[in-house]
Amino acid sequence: MLEDRIKERIGHNIASDDVVLFMKGTPVFPQCGFSAAVVGVLSHLGIKFSGVNVLDDDEIREGIKAYSDWPTIPQLYVKGEFIGGCDIIREMYETGELMEMLNTLGIDVNPQPMQA
Amino acid sequence: MPMQAHEIETLIKTAFPDAVVTIEDLRGDGDHYSCMVVTPAFAGKTRVQQHQMVYKALGGRMGGELHALALQTKAP
Repeated sequence: MLEDRIKERIGHNIASDDVVLFMKGTPVFPQCGFSAAVVGVLSHLGIKFSGVNVLDDDEIREGIKAYSDWPTIPQLYVKGEFIGGCDIIREMYETGELMEMLNTLGIDVNPQPMQA
Repeated sequence: MPMQAHEIETLIKTAFPDAVVTIEDLRGDGDHYSCMVVTPAFAGKTRVQQHQMVYKALGGRMGGELHALALQTKAP
């Protein structure tokens, strides 16, 4: 069971930006391949987002899994809604659903050219 | 102790007897798998819900014993 205090902390993190990525490491220095993959997708789409480094905070690291009933990190939230982890973000990106959803939610997207 | 592919398949098929489960050991280390699950039970469910259903079938091993499972889900 997730303590209310931790639930509130997580809720506050999620509400702190339109796009929030709970990840291992930071957007500049991801410390896990899956987190790096999602950072790569968001950066390629030119999306402004906030990273929450769960490695700095065990309460958040474990609490977020109960909060969303999702057992792994990274976890992406857009306008307060849980979108998915690495697999789902990658799949949505490849099918174009991610761009479509972000446009629908009014998130600024400006795709960057792929780095060679 | 990393999980074996057949253990993963058995757990998923126990929860979804009519599922078609395809598992690939990506690195041969018993720790990095890709897995496709197709079952009518996913019909009408979002991807997040479908994945949560598979994680439940795996009985909390995802993220623990089972470190990396690249999961894809589909209704037929």
